[in-house]
Amino acid sequence: MTVQDYNFAYLDEQTKRMIRRALLKALAVPGYQVPFASREMPMPYGWGTGGVQVTAACLTPDDRLKVIDQGADDTTNAVSIRRFFQRTAGVETTQSTTGATVIQTRHRIPEAPLSEGQILVYQVPIPEPLRFLEPRETETRRMHELEEYGLMHVKLYEDIARHGEIATAYAYPVKVEDRYVMDPSPIPKFDNPKLADNPAIQLFGAGREARIYALPPYSRVVSLDFEDHPFTPSRAEHACALCGATDSYLDEVITDDRGSRMFSCSDTDFCASRQAGRPDGEGGA
Amino acid sequence: MQAAEMDICAKMKAEVPLLSASGVTRRYGARIGCADVGFDLWPGEVLGIVGESGSGKSTLLSCLAGQQRPDAGRILYDGADVLAMPEAARRRLARSDWAYVHQNPRDGLRMGISAGGNVGERLMGVGARRYGTIRDSAIDWLGRVEIAAERIDDRPSGFSGGMQQRLQIARNLVTGPRLVFMDEPTGGLDVSVQARLLDLLRGLVRDLGLSAVIVTHDLAVVRLLADRLMVMKSGRVVETGLTDQVLDDPQHAYTQLLVSSVLQV
Repeated sequence: MTVQDYNFAYLDEQTKRMIRRALLKALAVPGYQVPFASREMPMPYGWGTGGVQVTAACLTPDDRLKVIDQGADDTTNAVSIRRFFQRTAGVETTQSTTGATVIQTRHRIPEAPLSEGQILVYQVPIPEPLRFLEPRETETRRMHELEEYGLMHVKLYEDIARHGEIATAYAYPVKVEDRYVMDPSPIPKFDNPKLADNPAIQLFGAGREARIYALPPYSRVVSLDFEDHPFTPSRAEHACALCGATDSYLDEVITDDRGSRMFSCSDTDFCASRQAGRPDGEGGA
Repeated sequence: MQAAEMDICAKMKAEVPLLSASGVTRRYGARIGCADVGFDLWPGEVLGIVGESGSGKSTLLSCLAGQQRPDAGRILYDGADVLAMPEAARRRLARSDWAYVHQNPRDGLRMGISAGGNVGERLMGVGARRYGTIRDSAIDWLGRVEIAAERIDDRPSGFSGGMQQRLQIARNLVTGPRLVFMDEPTGGLDVSVQARLLDLLRGLVRDLGLSAVIVTHDLAVVRLLADRLMVMKSGRVVETGLTDQVLDDPQHAYTQLLVSSVLQV
């Protein structure tokens, strides 16, 4: 397989055009789910078909692409998507957060702060934040239309009633620009504060559900909560065993059969940069 | 207390019916759901609608409550035309000023959510954002409908039919609506549970000064709850009047049949 066998970045130009139109609309109405004609991609649903299509529509030959899966650059999903674009677009790839122009991510926002001009593409399994509360699509659309978001708080109420605190730890619902309630994809709620006021463009693609939504730079994003049970981003009460960071999101890794475990940064680039003594997020190629 | 009395006096002076329907018609193709129904419901009044199955009672109720759009007619709530309202305003009304008690509590409750969450949903829907306050009013309302406070975190799927129905009533009344629509509120319950529920409903309606439209085929229910009665047959109103008047001295042949059909024990 060579680059010439495919159009640049796999999708044909008309498809990219269609996706870009959806992206523009999504950016114009922050948090609103724009339907788009999602294509079959050469990977199974659930592997990031939505994110891949959005990335393909955004890439230019000059871009430097970074792909992470749960914060890591070297996991199956990240490696296969990165190689997919190496082959079909021939773009440069990197593991450095600060060095990348387009970052496709699954379930994390990188630790290193993003900057203007960067695009963060999220893979989204279920774009509808109300889905598990209201199964009817017609009804959830109407609820968005009429801003009937009381039900979202019922979910948080149930959390507190059952667990004494808001136990939702990922895919924590947010309200965008005081209008739409949005599912930030299954990122840990530790990452929720990074959604707000972020200088980068944040794009969300759901392939199976055929929806695109977006946060323009510096959007107002508020995590839903109660006055007497405010939102708190949570992380494991440990320092990273590899780099010693106390302010990063940690993975718990089981290291033997006797239950020993260690905590290490989920963002591998962040961790490697700190171990090498480089400034955050300027990891190796 | 004085303020409340003055409030009631002011409402009576205003002389605007709370709900006013005229010429309400709903067809299902060539068949008639209900035809040319009109009435005025005054603040604090309970209107009973009786009739046999298929007489158009439930169709009329869902038209009044804004769940179906009638083919013809006008419905005014507090002087405002309900049918001309944008949907957002109508749904806001349905969340705050109105309540709808379904015959089957499963239609009106969220079965996967705890009793407290069910009662609190309407509060959160109108903007309550303080957990403690929501919880307190949930406990208060569970008490008022005779559900033990320790059941607050149980799901309604574990409740008996009567408890589910009482929970549905609590969930509907928590925002202090002015108008309650009830569709066979005692249907499917055994008689002793029915009696307790009726007792409870009568107390709540009187204490809160609610206006209500109750659809039922059970004449005992309207005898206990309703001030006025409307008898429907084949989608049309055949007789209206004060409840006792209609039940004790029925004029229309169908009403006579209906009254004489009640089993005496």
